[in-house]
Amino acid sequence: MRVFILLFLLISSNFIISQNCNNTITGKVLDLHDNTILVDARIVVLEINKQLLTNESGGFTISGLCNQTYTIEISHAFCLPKTYKIELISSIEKVFLLEHHLEELNEIILEGKTNNDSETSLENKITKEELEKSSSKSLGDVLNSISGISSLNTGNTIVKPVINGLHSSRVVILNDGIRLEDQDWGAEHAPNLDINAIDNITVIKGASALQYSGNAIGGIVITETAKAPVKDSIYGKTIVTAASNGRGGTTTTQLTKTYKSGWYGNIQGTIKRFGDFNAPDYNLSNTGVYERSLSVRGGINRFRSGLEASYSLYKMETGILRASHLGGAQDQIRAINNLEPLFVDDFTYNINSPKQDVEHHILKLKGFKKFEKLGKLDFKYSFQQNNRLEFDVRRGDDRDKPSLDLKLNTHTLLLDLDSKLSETANLKLGLTGQYQTNFADPSTGIRRLIPDYSEYNTGLYAILEKQINNQFIFELGARLDYTYLDALKFYRTSFWEDRGYDSTFQDIVVEEFGNQILVNPKLNFYNPSATAGISYNFKEDFKLLFNYSLASRAPNPSELFSEGLHHSASRIELGGLEFKSETAHKFSFTLQHDSDRIRFTINPYINLISDFIVIEPIEVQQTIRGNFQVWEYRQTNARLMGVDIDGEIKLNDYFKYNHQFSIIKGKDITKKDALINMPAASTRNAIAYTNKKLNNLNLRLQSEYVFRQNEFPDNNFEVFVPETETLEIVDVSTPPDAYHLLGFNSSIDYKLSKKSILTIGFGVSNIFNTNYRNYLNRLRYYANDLGRDYSINLKINY
Amino acid sequence: MKNFKLITLALITLLFTNACSNDDDATPPPVNEEEIITTITVTLTPNGGGTAITLKTQDLDGDGPNLPVTTVSGDLAANTTYNGRIELLNETEDPAEDITEEVEEESNEHQFFYTVSSSLNLTTAYTNFDDNGNPLGTAFTITSGAASTGVLTFTLRHEPIKPNTRLSDAGGETDIETSFNVTIQ
Repeated sequence: MRVFILLFLLISSNFIISQNCNNTITGKVLDLHDNTILVDARIVVLEINKQLLTNESGGFTISGLCNQTYTIEISHAFCLPKTYKIELISSIEKVFLLEHHLEELNEIILEGKTNNDSETSLENKITKEELEKSSSKSLGDVLNSISGISSLNTGNTIVKPVINGLHSSRVVILNDGIRLEDQDWGAEHAPNLDINAIDNITVIKGASALQYSGNAIGGIVITETAKAPVKDSIYGKTIVTAASNGRGGTTTTQLTKTYKSGWYGNIQGTIKRFGDFNAPDYNLSNTGVYERSLSVRGGINRFRSGLEASYSLYKMETGILRASHLGGAQDQIRAINNLEPLFVDDFTYNINSPKQDVEHHILKLKGFKKFEKLGKLDFKYSFQQNNRLEFDVRRGDDRDKPSLDLKLNTHTLLLDLDSKLSETANLKLGLTGQYQTNFADPSTGIRRLIPDYSEYNTGLYAILEKQINNQFIFELGARLDYTYLDALKFYRTSFWEDRGYDSTFQDIVVEEFGNQILVNPKLNFYNPSATAGISYNFKEDFKLLFNYSLASRAPNPSELFSEGLHHSASRIELGGLEFKSETAHKFSFTLQHDSDRIRFTINPYINLISDFIVIEPIEVQQTIRGNFQVWEYRQTNARLMGVDIDGEIKLNDYFKYNHQFSIIKGKDITKKDALINMPAASTRNAIAYTNKKLNNLNLRLQSEYVFRQNEFPDNNFEVFVPETETLEIVDVSTPPDAYHLLGFNSSIDYKLSKKSILTIGFGVSNIFNTNYRNYLNRLRYYANDLGRDYSINLKINY
Repeated sequence: MKNFKLITLALITLLFTNACSNDDDATPPPVNEEEIITTITVTLTPNGGGTAITLKTQDLDGDGPNLPVTTVSGDLAANTTYNGRIELLNETEDPAEDITEEVEEESNEHQFFYTVSSSLNLTTAYTNFDDNGNPLGTAFTITSGAASTGVLTFTLRHEPIKPNTRLSDAGGETDIETSFNVTIQ
């Protein structure tokens, strides 16, 4: 009996084996995110213990499989392995999707190329490492390291990025997918963003990334946070920076918890505190800064869908050089003619008036879902609140009251669809809606600088990307934005009449109050924008990009409604209710070379802007407080032309040489004169030594030379000084001399344990303690720029 | 699931409260500048009696386009000492606010300066002082010399460096600067 059973089993097993074992699995392994081919992915069939790798097109074939269930494990570098159970009854073809993820948290790699915001215009990136090294810097300072980007400063803590000569409302800052709405119109309003809360930055010089905005005549700064990996883990980092100049530092820390199920949570916080900074020869009184930021986010990240909610708070209190707080033209003469600031006190951490105190809240909800046929659908909603307080030196009961108290609330809704039309064509479609209100608190006792208003904005865009062959990529996009602005503005009756508004805008008058008049302008703006570009690859490592972009921007509230003394600039500023949108045509070419030894990009461009809104002096006005220069916004035609060059040569395994050069020429074509505040030509050269074997030792010596700006409009004016009984020139135009700064940076890694690394950095900036002033620093009339600064930077990853 | 509902509810409430908070159609109130000095009146009373002379500058629209209006009520007599008083007003408010009081209360942070053009035969002296004994100058004396004409300028500095020797090393911020054409006969 036993023999019989054994025999039966033998026969039947033979029978099973011999049943049908001619099945084949023909597979292809792709990245789930963007369907890129995954080469060398490891395929293991557990039942038959067979291993193989995918070929160059991501494919594999396993033959000789029977009619049974197989367990197939697929793995790839930077991916989580995935196991499939496949029941075979015949040969099959199947596509396997892997989530191509970041393997190690310490090396967050941006998988370039695939995720570009624009295929045909140059993108400059700032990596996480660079951000970590600059932990105590501002966004503007960090961006400054990119060629073609400079900054418009008010002292050294209020830093606004200037892209190819343009700034403020012409530069759009995207904070993790949502446009930062923080009263960006003011020259002394810095972006309210903590760089420690972001993981990388991409800059596009121009308006070609239409999915984000159509009015970025200058460019777009895109900040992103790293995606949480789908695995069970907890990790974090802490960076402590201390610097001698300002006797302060920054501490930032963040912790992330992730789960294999896709859930994750992250908390991040930063405290930054500096006292008065100093120039080489004196203290810069009242220039301290106190910054705090906190962000929490959490969500679920699945292969085909994801949802995230986040909240962030940013608070910054910053002093403004006391010596820059002036009355009229006579005070200006004194300040400009004095070599040292008129007010220098001992070092202190206290921040007194004049100062800014800004708070920015962002509440955000975003999600995505991938549909097999349709593509990826993204949804974002955010609520932002920006509360800006500015304090001037005041008198009596008003002493501690802010002079400006604005609350800007913005609701934004975005819907984006990214779909692959074919293997070579990609279409992006999107819809945006925004509702914004500004409230100017009247209890300041000072007339509102920016009136109360509500603004509605909707936009619609489409971008088509088509790969023609291996060499050519073509890109085409269009966008339309509609803005409706409903404001309630008080004008001085004298100004209203002086401008002739009493006849041209008489129907918008609501009410008259003594010497003030309340009006209700309702403005409509339609802003079309478009882009077209080509990318051409040749000789393997060369690339030629051409991009044309049409951008149009509605005038901002400051340009429309300004009317009165701008205290921090010691001048009267006047806007124009009749302004229309400005329109820019930018042509940008890029030659890019990327080989093992040499990398470079050469990027010439020309930006033609019609109805460009500029502010310039028109007259000197006499008031009871003395004379003030009057600056009036005006629309003109402008031409900005320039070239940005970046280069890197690997001298050997350890040494690298970097070069950067930027020059820009801005011209008011109508007036045939130079444009004001164009960055001076500058060049940066650096030698870096890196030795991975020696604890990843990094040494870098950098030289920065900024030429003198020789092209500038002459806005000087004369005033009578009673004391000397002479007419004196107020020189507000002449740019400062050229200067050269030398800096040194170093870092070294120590492995503390299997999972934690300590990085120690040391740096010196302005090594020779050079006295210099920068043309684009609004306080250059009153004081020298920063002196030497030693800094230490400790980073622990755990 | 219950949590999810709660969160949704909270979010919606938040959205609505925020969206509606500024929807009221009431017109905003006008802001009358609290600190602005629209008017300076200098009253010069001759020592030993006689008609007082007033020098007045009024700039009702502040930094608006209208020019300040300056009036001088009469000529100064030669070789006479006048007691001077300065009155500062904010006439954008109703009734007008007296800013002199504020300036005198914060005497350490204010100082008037008198600038006399070289052609004018006239000297000035402070008669009121701050808590530290440094000049304040809302009260002063003018002693006229021989007949002449010229310009007399009054400057009020906020937060000047004290003590100082003259306007040019006083620093601070100019709150008032107004000139009068004065004749001594």
